[in-house]
Amino acid sequence: MNYVREIDILNADEKELIEISEKNLLSLDIEEMKKIKEYFLSIGRNPTDCELECIAQTWSEHCYHKTFKANIQYIEKNGKKIEKFNICLLREIMEVTEKLNYPWCISVFKDNAGIIKINEKYGAAFKVETHNHPSALEPYGGAGTGIGGVIRDILGVGLGAKPILNTDIFCFGPLDFPYEKLPEGVLHPKRIFRGVVSGVRDYGNRMGIPTANGAIIFDDRYVYNCLVYCGCVGIIPVNKIEKKVNDGDLIVVIGGRTGRDGIHGATFSSASLKENIPTSVVQIGNPIVEKKFQDVLLVARDLNLYNSITDCGAGGFSSAIGEMGKDIGAVVYLEKVPLKYEGLLPWEIFLSESQERMVLAVPEKKVEKLINFFASEDVEATVIGKFVKTGKLTVYYKNKLVCDIDIHFLHKGIPKKNLRGFFERKREKPVNFKSKNIKEDILKVLSSPIISSKEEVIRQYDHEVGGRTILKPFVGYESRGVSDGVVLKPFYETYEGLIISCGINPFYGEIDPYYMAGCCIEECIRNIVSCGGNPEKIAILDNFCWGNISDERELGNLIRCVKGCKDYALKYRIPFISGKDSLNNYFKRKDGKIISIPGTLLISGIGIIEDVRKICSTDFKKEGNIIFVLGKTFNELGSSQFYRVNRIKGGIVPKPRPEKTLSLMKKIHIGIKNQLIKSCHDCSDGGLITTICEMMIGGNLGCKIDFSNVLTEEKEIEIVLFSESCGRFVVEIEKEKLNEFEKLFKNEELSQIGEVIEEKELIGFWANKKLFKIPLELIYRSWTSLNF
Amino acid sequence: MKPKVLILRVAGTNCDFETEWAFALAGAFAEKVHINQIIRREKKVSDYQILVIPGGFSYGDDIAAGKVLANQIKLKLWEEIEKFISQKKVIVGICNGFQVLAKSGILPFNSKQLITLEWNDSGRFEDRWVYLKVEENVSPFFKGLPEIIRMPVAHAEGKFLPQNNKVLNEIERNKQIVLRYCDKEGNLTGYPYNPNGSIRNIAGICSKDGLIIGMMPHPERAILKYHYPDFLKNEEKEEFTPSFKIFKNMVKYFS
Repeated sequence: MNYVREIDILNADEKELIEISEKNLLSLDIEEMKKIKEYFLSIGRNPTDCELECIAQTWSEHCYHKTFKANIQYIEKNGKKIEKFNICLLREIMEVTEKLNYPWCISVFKDNAGIIKINEKYGAAFKVETHNHPSALEPYGGAGTGIGGVIRDILGVGLGAKPILNTDIFCFGPLDFPYEKLPEGVLHPKRIFRGVVSGVRDYGNRMGIPTANGAIIFDDRYVYNCLVYCGCVGIIPVNKIEKKVNDGDLIVVIGGRTGRDGIHGATFSSASLKENIPTSVVQIGNPIVEKKFQDVLLVARDLNLYNSITDCGAGGFSSAIGEMGKDIGAVVYLEKVPLKYEGLLPWEIFLSESQERMVLAVPEKKVEKLINFFASEDVEATVIGKFVKTGKLTVYYKNKLVCDIDIHFLHKGIPKKNLRGFFERKREKPVNFKSKNIKEDILKVLSSPIISSKEEVIRQYDHEVGGRTILKPFVGYESRGVSDGVVLKPFYETYEGLIISCGINPFYGEIDPYYMAGCCIEECIRNIVSCGGNPEKIAILDNFCWGNISDERELGNLIRCVKGCKDYALKYRIPFISGKDSLNNYFKRKDGKIISIPGTLLISGIGIIEDVRKICSTDFKKEGNIIFVLGKTFNELGSSQFYRVNRIKGGIVPKPRPEKTLSLMKKIHIGIKNQLIKSCHDCSDGGLITTICEMMIGGNLGCKIDFSNVLTEEKEIEIVLFSESCGRFVVEIEKEKLNEFEKLFKNEELSQIGEVIEEKELIGFWANKKLFKIPLELIYRSWTSLNF
Repeated sequence: MKPKVLILRVAGTNCDFETEWAFALAGAFAEKVHINQIIRREKKVSDYQILVIPGGFSYGDDIAAGKVLANQIKLKLWEEIEKFISQKKVIVGICNGFQVLAKSGILPFNSKQLITLEWNDSGRFEDRWVYLKVEENVSPFFKGLPEIIRMPVAHAEGKFLPQNNKVLNEIERNKQIVLRYCDKEGNLTGYPYNPNGSIRNIAGICSKDGLIIGMMPHPERAILKYHYPDFLKNEEKEEFTPSFKIFKNMVKYFS
């Protein structure tokens, strides 16, 4: 049988080169194909199928991040003013971290995850990935392997970190989307939603990792391309962060066997979705296989049985071995790879993205011990090759050479992309929209899919396995309230803590992605600070999911967003430690129309605190306590939830004010540490009124609020209640601590707006005029009315 | 003497670390041991005083929760386990461990299987804090606990179901029921207080001599007052919870 196919590119013209790329699902463009042809011309032969696949995978958007590394000519138009400059997106992001240069950021942008220092002995690793395309095709498997994959990132960071938390953020089409409008080949949002939730639940729960932070967003434009973000946090000894492959180390694969699942996952993940995509691109997961090797791996790490490790994710062995051997070279014998079943072609073995596999570099003298050690808990470990100083990636299958390419060409040969992006700033104008019935609008916002309780989903995740979860997703009375973030106690012996939260709001990007970036960064930090976090000890991760970036305007939006990330991260003095992008999330309809997702930025944050006993939750604690708003309210209702439920377009998008807010947050941190602040909840989606209602639900208490006291220049009830201005928190203070509180917050923007009452109702005043009275029961019912 | 605790690990065990911590904190010498180590005779069950089958998804809960491990115990470890029981040593099954003890028949009477833990009435996995009524029971490990305690449950298959009323009545008559789901005031009510639809709200039982315990709730996740979901509101004085006392009582039993 002929296992290896030679592909004639030496005699191919441009048209044929593109045909080759398309026919083999390589997702390579003409410049890249020409570069490959040039290389093979120089060595005087045609590539094998395996070589071409290997290059396509290494050069894929998913693995190489071509767009983020590209040289982009960017034009920004603001009225008559035109700015023009060249930009590299990855540089922009990395510059933040370089400029801030914090000593506690100990491994950034180089390994599978970013690592920050918790104490002298341990670091925390955090990574967030997306698994969008697979989840759109096969929600259960796609989401499950998404979480499985990001857990492996954590297991493969440094010499291996112990996963202690998963996070999940989803964007779906509306659950009540009309079936008749659904294009052929697209699954209904409800089907995707249920599949994704079950997939994450079954994988995360079986891995014994709590899933305790996340968000769910709904919008029409996610019908065709859902977004599934999966994150994982791990702890790692600081002396296990460095890894190095040595010449002569054996290549050992551990965990699951290799099958035909997930082939072309890397190249497919950055292509647009259309009909007739082969199902073999989706991987098949089995959490128990991953759990088994996780248990042994971390012990093997501490026994120093291997020199380096990486996960086998997108691109399979080709990516893992190619990456590990990129400074040396490697020889692989594919016939040694344990297979799920016979019949795989060599390139399929090399490229397969079968799950639950890791690749280790093991010194020859330790290999027997390592294999036996894994075997003792029924984990397969197999030598499949060797890292050798050849400068080549050489692959054999049954003595036949199937791949022999220059490592330098593989990793450095990709032509730099030259792209163009264009952004035109919209003139933001306030909309004059009056509520017809304030009470009804409040309930409408509370029951909107984005604001309303996700309890039914979150309960299905084990959020406290491990016994480390201190502030849980649910807080307060009967655990009804919602938390701003999760607080973990990573070590059983100490009270040190980690706070994890996120910020996401794709709607602001419709007006200006620059401010969306600022708002997302700030929301994430605000959430962490509300829980008791220190604003000077927070690191963040960026995940960009974008639409059709071959469109200059879409790319322009992305650039504008990256600029926002850089500027605001620097202003808040918060470093990026890791990031990822998933581009081309668009759907080509039969009529040729392209439907892109709204450009979506997820900011995930991790904060370090000294003492988990000194934290804060969002639920009102006691009647008689005084309620304050910290921060100032502006007319910033553009893309707000209030406008969304009333179908109003336009308006002014919230603009963060880093200087003011940073100073405020430092004081909130002190106020919580000194237990001066009894409850704290940030204002974000749904505005001040949503924040107050959520605090009531958690506390099972009512409150009396005079909204005319809210600090603002806009004396309109709609703005005061629903504006989503940044930099605001609602806090609860005991009467006897008022002086101390006011002293701490001297010179800050604060307004005393009301008090917590025993009667279970929200009574709203404007000066002396009573505006509304809403029973807590009705608030709770509206907030929990979303039917999953 | 510090009792030695064997925390049994298999593929899919999850709650081994926090269980080990809870026992160590209570003053025991706790050790995680993989089932293969016992099968290969590298470790002996008889060297320990307490055997714990912790929470998790043993073997992925394939077939039914805990079923595969229950069979493995019956077929591969039975001699050792039977000796362990006859020597009046202690066995604890938490969550998945309770499912194993039920499906192997060790609970309630060490006979053939008489009880099971069926799928939750809600039809899915749920994690929530519950109130538990400590019943008058024969086990020495629930002595000195308040009448109502709190812990989280986190399972998909936790509905206590006896084979028939005869079994149920006998367990009750023998005072083998240790914990029942209840509301804040101690009333035995329905969902969500009874999170899975357990018959007569049964959350945990013990053997006739009280030395073998099986329970769905997770005491090892409720050790410190900071584990309580509302610790910021209820300013509890005690640093350690009543559920921690269960671990202390087990350690005390051997010292």
